[in-house]
Amino acid sequence: MIMGEQKPLEVILGMLAPYDKIVLAGCHGCVTVCRAGGAKEVEILASSLRLARESEGRPLEIKEVTLERQCDPEYLAPMRPYLEDYQAVLSIACGAGIQFVAEKYASTVVLPGLDTTFIGVTEKQGLWVERCQACGNCVLHLTGGICPVARCSKSLFNGPCGGTTTDGRCEVDKEIPCGWMMIIERLRSLNQLENYRKNLPMKSWKTSRDGGPRRIAREDLME
Amino acid sequence: MKTASRLERVFDEGHFAVTTECGPPRGSNAEVIRKKGELLRGSVDAINVTDNQTSVVRMASIAACVMLKEMGLEPIVQMVTRDRNRISLQSDILGAAGLGLNAILCLSGDHQTFGDDPEAKNVFDIDSIQLIQLIKMMRDEGKFPSGKEIEGPPKLFIGAACNPFAEPFAIRPIRLAKKVDAGVQFIQTQCIYNLDRFEKFMDEVRKMGLHEQVKILAGVTPLKSAGMAKFMKKNVAGMDVPDDVIKRMADTPKEEQAAKGIEICVESIKRLRKIEGIAGAHIMAIEWEKMVPVIAEKAGLLPRPDISVPEA
Repeated sequence: MIMGEQKPLEVILGMLAPYDKIVLAGCHGCVTVCRAGGAKEVEILASSLRLARESEGRPLEIKEVTLERQCDPEYLAPMRPYLEDYQAVLSIACGAGIQFVAEKYASTVVLPGLDTTFIGVTEKQGLWVERCQACGNCVLHLTGGICPVARCSKSLFNGPCGGTTTDGRCEVDKEIPCGWMMIIERLRSLNQLENYRKNLPMKSWKTSRDGGPRRIAREDLME
Repeated sequence: MKTASRLERVFDEGHFAVTTECGPPRGSNAEVIRKKGELLRGSVDAINVTDNQTSVVRMASIAACVMLKEMGLEPIVQMVTRDRNRISLQSDILGAAGLGLNAILCLSGDHQTFGDDPEAKNVFDIDSIQLIQLIKMMRDEGKFPSGKEIEGPPKLFIGAACNPFAEPFAIRPIRLAKKVDAGVQFIQTQCIYNLDRFEKFMDEVRKMGLHEQVKILAGVTPLKSAGMAKFMKKNVAGMDVPDDVIKRMADTPKEEQAAKGIEICVESIKRLRKIEGIAGAHIMAIEWEKMVPVIAEKAGLLPRPDISVPEA
């Protein structure tokens, strides 16, 4: 899923300073699962903002709403009838959702309440970890199902570098397991170490963000 | 293809090679690099110039190499893939060769979070093995990765590093084999303090026949103090400083520890030289360049062979 983290309250209050009537929009998609931008977070953030603004003597009127998905036009439509009554939308969806709101409501000020962080998994309750960088050209079949782009701090294709600690961590941060150590262990257990013996050639990053903003067009699905 | 590299010639003539490294200044003063070069003159066959090591900004390696070259010394360009994409790397490879530099050491580079600019974007468009492949292709095929012909291919002796001590230890010889496959011609290892473990590594290297395909220079770094030994053991990933080395340093009175460090370094070189498959020593005296001639002398590595290298 796409992970996000709420911006610090002071930062959000700073963005909201010019306004006294806003919509706070959450999303039932990924950010609900990672507990950053769902209905519950909308409710909590709204009360924190109201309290803070009341103590400043500048009350903030907030309309709370959580959309099915902010990245889909059909789910954005319900905001249209009341949007004109408010000065701005504070969205706590991912960056894609926030931008789509801005795009669909061209005359509305849209503010980000969330920093979008990565594509990751729930390793355990309360711990989410990056797994994919959406490079657009998956090599997981060669690397034991562990991604060198996302899991190695240098995105090496023929790792590991010399910076693996004795307990198999990355020298960049002891919380990061060495991606290449994991790849090698995994290849060994799958009896596929010959995959490692071969040098992987220079990667084309054209399918990644480096080729410019990407699109997928499926004519079979277009009307 | 033979290059005009003095180091390549030293190997070809069957000598035990000696290289060292020096860090360029954190400023634009060329005198700093010239002074270091003067200290090293006559004691080594070639001098690596580091490329923003530990991600701390310094004078460009290629520029400092040219300064050494102008003094009649033989520099080795260190080139990391951390800061440059393949366009910039190809361009610098051509530039280095065009300036008369003859050897490049291919590295991925320390991660930028260690340096002064941890907020920098990390590039890593390619890795060190792919950089070896890139230079080899440009030199031997006379082609860019794009397939286009190079007018005047760069004649460069290709080197890389090897850390026999980093985990996972078991795959380190395989990783060296990957570099050999890519086309590396010389290897400078991480500093060796654990000689027993290094000998085991070399057993594997010989079993795989790698020592016959690449010239391996054993890396050594003289310890300045017991504190430095402890710091390296604790804080530098992939650095194996055994307790008995630390004890030897710590048991020596503080004012004599530097001399003890030199003694240990010299002993190491003598023992490493006996290992089959070791073709040279790479003496990394970090900001202590003046000790390189002392170490080379005591280790019996002087005088260096008088090699006249023909123009490429």
